[in-house]
Amino acid sequence: MQYLEGRKYVVQAIFLAVALVFATRLFYIQVLDGSYKLAADRNTLQRIVQPPYRGLIYDRKGQILVQNTPVYDLMVVPREVKVLDTLRFSQLLQLPLEEVREGLQQARKFSRVKASPLVQNLSTQELAAIQDNLIDFPGFSVKARMARSYNTHTMAHALGYVGSITPKLLERPQYSKYQPGEFLGITGLESFYEKQLMGRRGVQYRMVNVRGIEKGAFRDGEYDTLSVAGQDLHLSLDSELQGYTEKLMAGKRGSVVALDPKTGEILAFVSAPMFDPEMLSGKGMGNRYMELLNNPEQPLFNRPLMATYPPGSTFKLVNELVALQAGVVSPNTPFACNWKLVRCTHRHEYPSNVGLAIKNSCNPYFYQVMRATVLRGRSSNRFEDARLGLGEWRRKVMQFGLGEKLGVDMGNEKKGLVPSPEFYDKRNGYHRWTYRTVYSLSIGQGEMGITGLQMANVLATIANRGWYYTPHFVRGIGSGGPLPEYQIKHTVGVEARHFEAIIPGMVSVVDGNGGTGNNASLSDVGIVVAGKTGTVQNPHGDDHATFAAFAPAQDPKIAIVVFIENAGFGGSSAAPLAALVMEKYLRGQVAPWRHRWEEWLPGPADRFIKRRKY
Amino acid sequence: MNSLPARYNRSIDWVTVLLYLLMVGVGWLNVYAASYSPDAPANPFSSLSFGQLMDFNWFKQIVWIGTALVLVVVLLVIDPKAYDTLAYGLYGLMILLLLVTPFIARPIAGSRSWLELGPVRVQPAEFAKFITALAASRYLASINLRQQSFRDQLVLAGLTLLPPVLIIAANETGQALVFAAFLLAYFREGMSPLILLILAAGAVILILALLVPKLWLILGFTVLLAVVLAANWRSLRHHLPLSAGVWAVVIGMVFGVDFFFNNVLQDHQRKRIEILINPSADPLGVGWNVTQSKIAIGSGGLAGKGFLQGTQTKFDFVPEQSTDFIFCTVGEEWGWVGTMTTIVLFMALLGRIVYVAERQKSVFGRTYGYCVASIIFFHFCINIGMTIGLAPVVGIPLPFFSYGGSSLWSFTTLLFILLAMDAARKQDLERY
Repeated sequence: MQYLEGRKYVVQAIFLAVALVFATRLFYIQVLDGSYKLAADRNTLQRIVQPPYRGLIYDRKGQILVQNTPVYDLMVVPREVKVLDTLRFSQLLQLPLEEVREGLQQARKFSRVKASPLVQNLSTQELAAIQDNLIDFPGFSVKARMARSYNTHTMAHALGYVGSITPKLLERPQYSKYQPGEFLGITGLESFYEKQLMGRRGVQYRMVNVRGIEKGAFRDGEYDTLSVAGQDLHLSLDSELQGYTEKLMAGKRGSVVALDPKTGEILAFVSAPMFDPEMLSGKGMGNRYMELLNNPEQPLFNRPLMATYPPGSTFKLVNELVALQAGVVSPNTPFACNWKLVRCTHRHEYPSNVGLAIKNSCNPYFYQVMRATVLRGRSSNRFEDARLGLGEWRRKVMQFGLGEKLGVDMGNEKKGLVPSPEFYDKRNGYHRWTYRTVYSLSIGQGEMGITGLQMANVLATIANRGWYYTPHFVRGIGSGGPLPEYQIKHTVGVEARHFEAIIPGMVSVVDGNGGTGNNASLSDVGIVVAGKTGTVQNPHGDDHATFAAFAPAQDPKIAIVVFIENAGFGGSSAAPLAALVMEKYLRGQVAPWRHRWEEWLPGPADRFIKRRKY
Repeated sequence: MNSLPARYNRSIDWVTVLLYLLMVGVGWLNVYAASYSPDAPANPFSSLSFGQLMDFNWFKQIVWIGTALVLVVVLLVIDPKAYDTLAYGLYGLMILLLLVTPFIARPIAGSRSWLELGPVRVQPAEFAKFITALAASRYLASINLRQQSFRDQLVLAGLTLLPPVLIIAANETGQALVFAAFLLAYFREGMSPLILLILAAGAVILILALLVPKLWLILGFTVLLAVVLAANWRSLRHHLPLSAGVWAVVIGMVFGVDFFFNNVLQDHQRKRIEILINPSADPLGVGWNVTQSKIAIGSGGLAGKGFLQGTQTKFDFVPEQSTDFIFCTVGEEWGWVGTMTTIVLFMALLGRIVYVAERQKSVFGRTYGYCVASIIFFHFCINIGMTIGLAPVVGIPLPFFSYGGSSLWSFTTLLFILLAMDAARKQDLERY
């Protein structure tokens, strides 16, 4: 036996013990613990999201309105920026020195090694101007992406705009797929049809090395998906008609909504004051947005959808229709123009039937029509009678799509207000009000609030003699039709014969001798217009002018509501404006003798006040 | 091998040679994978000049392997008696070289330990290992092992400690630590096991001291000792002074380790030990190496991602991947099967070396054999241990696998001096 030979076993046991520990540990981290595999993928796999091509927007005649054009972001990697001559750099970029300095500072704050945008939304021309010189500035690069550009200077309110997603929206589950900084529709149709316009993102998995440099596709692109372009939108808006209407509305506040009554398609949609949709895209968009936001005229306010006014005399039509259907009056029922009940608009002939009442917009007549509908002795208590009657009346009025959202394909639509008995209970006290309290509703004044779009829909309903399709902007998505909810016919619970009873009155408003809407007559070109003027009392200033009409009366192709704030009597400004739009749409041109109106109508509303004639 | 002197009589230990060639071959495959770049030309030999090829680690490794094989022949030609004779002389020369190295070497990565001879860079510290092994073996052979005097032990200790001290002076702590491996060889030759035990206890206490507050450690040990004493009162009551002594030593070690950790170790060394316990302690520094290395090995799974398919090593997530962290490539591309094969290869080699050492008839040969096994084992232990987070990050290569001429030549020399001695042992018998 050699000296201490037994110790060789100890030594070998030590070797084996270590090997065993290693084998166990390796088995654990390689075979049992899957987390290292995930960590490896996280290390090397970079998920590159390919933004899809956003759907285009076309007008009624197939003219392209909104498209995508490449814009360029000037990116900077602060670490790679060598000694920078900021002065020369800012001169080259035509940017204020301060802005460049601040941008660089923010980029540094974001990351020293990752690229962040210094200047966004450079156009191709702007890029061309600086690109050659960029070589002298290491650390700066250009990133291309698609941005919205516009072929029109109109319908900004309908189109809406796209902008980068806000951190607040990112938190919502329906936006979970959006990346910070990604663009989406913020308002208007861009926002309502975001899902359709957006398309589907493509995803590419790339392998990167430790410095983030790409090393090719992962598994030869087996898991990659291609992006799918968004669907195009085909609008019912007619950009020619829209442009024409916007020109007429220049300088005013108000709204114009024109519908094709047979389909519910919106032909023109004007919210005045207007702005160019291009203002909310491209370089300096943020500043221009703030400018619009702070403008006292509130151009960003989407009036046809969001501004609720008392409808004025145009509402008398709904009042009459409800009464006729209830059977409490007939078309030939006379009511005296009794000024003790309510002041009338002007002295006029005796309203011996509904036609004359409408033609003269007789306030006392419609006061009495509504009274007949509301007070029907449902209760021996006169307070309760008014209460029950108003409730019943309101239900019928709301059938016309008033007092609730119509469901147009655009967000932020207002409900408006058709006051309920509870409304007056709350304001005046239970059983402390009678018909005398609420009679203003009969002539479209008082607490009532209705949007321009709702009123246009009422006119479309009258034009159709009792039914409507929910107004909508988009008549085709991709190669398909509109959304299913715009293919459902709604009826308002009033028989067609009652509509036929009031339409002659509306025609006489325009064409009758001394009708309030004579300015809207198109009889000289053979078009019979049915309309109704309105003058909305405004406790804050001059009255608002409104005119609602459809034409041709027997086969209506357009229904229109014009609402001009502080323009006084509806017949003098709103009526001729509506006539021009209708003629333009129906004939494609305007008779030469009305060209002077085209020059006279644009401009501030107060000019119409001086010409007021009751 | 006909050109070799007739005295070998075909008695070279072919098992070891085979294992050596296998490991060098497998090692080269992994160096190739680690330095492989998908962008490189498909057929580099026809399209690149020698100079351009020398930019690739895998090609340089071919050159190192070729020269190592030449070295093998040279080592086998030399009469092994020469090592015995020259051991002290070589040792003296080496000490001299280590002394001057810091003054003539250019600093590379913070250490002045590389000498440049034309295009070749060598690290004298690499060769200090086998020369010290020779000198220590010679010294042990010259004394009476059974009745070692204190003076003998002191000389041996000095002989072993001088090179690492000089190497530490050149700021190459990793290579210096390797000399701890000699303890295992000395243990075989009669060193008291107590020394190994105390060192092991020191390591355990060091780890514990990092995990648990000092006071708890002292209290815990005191309670443990008391319980052991109480349980075995009858047999242990006569050994109370001994128990008190053990207690005092342990308490002393607790403070000693604490002092060592906080005052002796440099900042980066302290960090390397800290991340063993908490890999996120230094996530972008040394912690990064360990984390990425574990990810690379762990992501290999059972069978690996396949040759040249490793993403972690190919895309540079693991630093030093062809040298100190070559084991990551093995783990990532060949999986657990590959790492186990590597471990089995090392176990086979170590077992064979111990076997060869034991059959040496001289103390010199046997001690040297054990030194070889211990040194390879220490590298194996620390290198693989650090890649899987079981040992602190110490920059020492994995023998025969890691890229690098210096280390390959050094391990080849280490191993083949033993094989030369082994082949000549029959002659020894005849001569004595």
